[in-house]
Amino acid sequence: MKNLSKYIVVWTACALVWLLGSPVALGDTLKVCNTCEYHSVKEAVNKAKAGDVVLVDGGVYKESGIEINKPISLIGRNNPVIDGQNSGQIITIKSSNVKVEGFTVQNVAVSYMRDDAAIRVADHENIQILNNTVLNTYFGIYIQNADNSVVKGNVVRGQSTGKIESALGNAIHVWRTDGVEVSNNRVEGHRDGIYFEYVTNSLINENISERNNRYGLHFMFSDGNVYTRNIFRKNGAGVAVMYTRNIRMEHNTFEDNWGASAYGLLLKDISQSVILNNTFRRNTTGIYMESSSRLHIENNDFDRNGWAIRLLASCIQDTFRLNNFTGNSFDVSTNGSPTMNLFEHNYWDKYNGYDLDKNKIGDVPYRPVSLYSMLVERVPPSVMFMRSFMVDMMDSIERVLPSFIPESLVDERPLMKKVNHDNDRKLVQNLR
Amino acid sequence: MNKIIKYVLYDIVRNKIVVAYTLFLLLLSIGLFNLGGSPEKGLLSLLNLVLLTVPLISIVFGTTHFYNSYEFMELLVSQPIKRSKIFMSEYWGVSLSLSAAFLIGVGIPVLLFAPSATGLYLVLTGVFITFIFVALAFLASVITRDKAKGIGIALLLWFYFALIYDGIVLFILYSFADYPLEYATLALTALNPVDLGRVMVLLNLDISAMMGYTGALYKSIFGSMWGIGIALVVMVLWVLVPLMTSRRAFKRRDV
Repeated sequence: MKNLSKYIVVWTACALVWLLGSPVALGDTLKVCNTCEYHSVKEAVNKAKAGDVVLVDGGVYKESGIEINKPISLIGRNNPVIDGQNSGQIITIKSSNVKVEGFTVQNVAVSYMRDDAAIRVADHENIQILNNTVLNTYFGIYIQNADNSVVKGNVVRGQSTGKIESALGNAIHVWRTDGVEVSNNRVEGHRDGIYFEYVTNSLINENISERNNRYGLHFMFSDGNVYTRNIFRKNGAGVAVMYTRNIRMEHNTFEDNWGASAYGLLLKDISQSVILNNTFRRNTTGIYMESSSRLHIENNDFDRNGWAIRLLASCIQDTFRLNNFTGNSFDVSTNGSPTMNLFEHNYWDKYNGYDLDKNKIGDVPYRPVSLYSMLVERVPPSVMFMRSFMVDMMDSIERVLPSFIPESLVDERPLMKKVNHDNDRKLVQNLR
Repeated sequence: MNKIIKYVLYDIVRNKIVVAYTLFLLLLSIGLFNLGGSPEKGLLSLLNLVLLTVPLISIVFGTTHFYNSYEFMELLVSQPIKRSKIFMSEYWGVSLSLSAAFLIGVGIPVLLFAPSATGLYLVLTGVFITFIFVALAFLASVITRDKAKGIGIALLLWFYFALIYDGIVLFILYSFADYPLEYATLALTALNPVDLGRVMVLLNLDISAMMGYTGALYKSIFGSMWGIGIALVVMVLWVLVPLMTSRRAFKRRDV
């Protein structure tokens, strides 16, 4: 009996080693370069067996339509360039467990019918796309139905100047996928920087998305995602999060999203999400909220925006705590009277109340919605009278004796000093 | 004419009000630039102040000066000098001294702390407003001989341009909110030099980008050379119309 059990253990161990080690142990390395056995990436990929590594050395490869249909690693050394010469999609991945790393992939023409991308993954899992540079393409990296994939360290750069929205694709496009990680990428000059549709339980981390024609990040029907420490800058319309639940947005920076219809963050039909420790700087509108409920917006900085928050009347049960509002033209504006939203312990630089008992909390409530902001909401051209003496006077009178501004939008306990989010933990704990 | 302007200037400098005005502006602008963090913030606060005090002081000083130099003017009228020459010399004397005070009091601090196109627009606006409100002051002065009444009219004019006008326009905008009002608002701002100056400076500041769709529309108008050119022409008209009207009245009047 003892012998038998020992035999089983050894056998299982062997089997395990074989199973785990097999892709590495069995894989060959196929080298591609000018003087190697293979001169073209396509040829090498077609010859490769499952588990092989195709190693491409520096140089320019004028190829397109590379189809990977077995689990291999396609790895570039010394920055090889694959130039598609505008003749269709360049790399198409049709197998699970594929890795593409270290290439410069460039030149994919606009294709309205096929949505050609530089790298496309369709219907397979565990794909890794790492440290590639994608230049001048229609769609950059296109992922559809590929669970547990990783897109990391890529640079996707397009030419959006002078093009209309429909002639541009998205830099990183993810569709109907679970558990994808998009991190440390730099995307610019496309339609949407990062596009998520029906993507769940995913992570968007430390990306920089700027100068995109439409949104820096576009989120639709994608529940349970986390995005942290990203920078969204100078995008046509900022970041849009729509029709989703359970999102965490933390430590992101939204800045310089200027223009007629630009938002730092556009929230539409989103619920049960948290927005913490973000910075909104110099946007036309910091956060625009429509039909959004049960959001926690805490510890954010709103600095020098046109409108820090536009809270539409369709929003309910949102909580705004411990945010700093400094240098905004309008702190909060609304189109009606939203109900059951809580403003508490925020710092408003326009607050001119006093603190007699020295508990760092103002004794007089602050009303962040000014009469003038309501007027501008109703009659946009009256924005011409900004900083007119009449307007300032009107606002002051309305603050003393509110009659038009919504009763419910009030910070009963505004802070006297700006919250320093990193150092003021003690104050914050006391207030909790 | 130069000789009369010289006498007027000499008279104005001697009574020290302009010197006090210069010092007041200088102190204020240096204070504001040192108070606010960024030069842009300083410019904004300065703008509000310039648009309130400069018209007030220009119009009150212009009116009182006109009434105070009645005897001098009567003396000159008895000489073989054209009346329009006397009037224009008085006007140049007052407006030049006040704009010089403004240039020293606000122009130099702006040049030191915020040398930008926006700063230039602010100074330009201030100088224009000085000229416009001195012209309005002279208009108020030629309407009536009674000094108290004249100053009353002048103050009313200031009150109208600095405060009431904006209130009226906001009320109109509110009442006609259902109509497209973009260009109507533009026309309405041109009818008040104070608003015109404010909008010109404001739209060339960064915050203009923050004013949404309408702000962007106006920015595209006022940010272009064309828009600025038209605004300046309107400002010049604002100087010329009251000035010419009052000169005509002065020429025809039986002193």
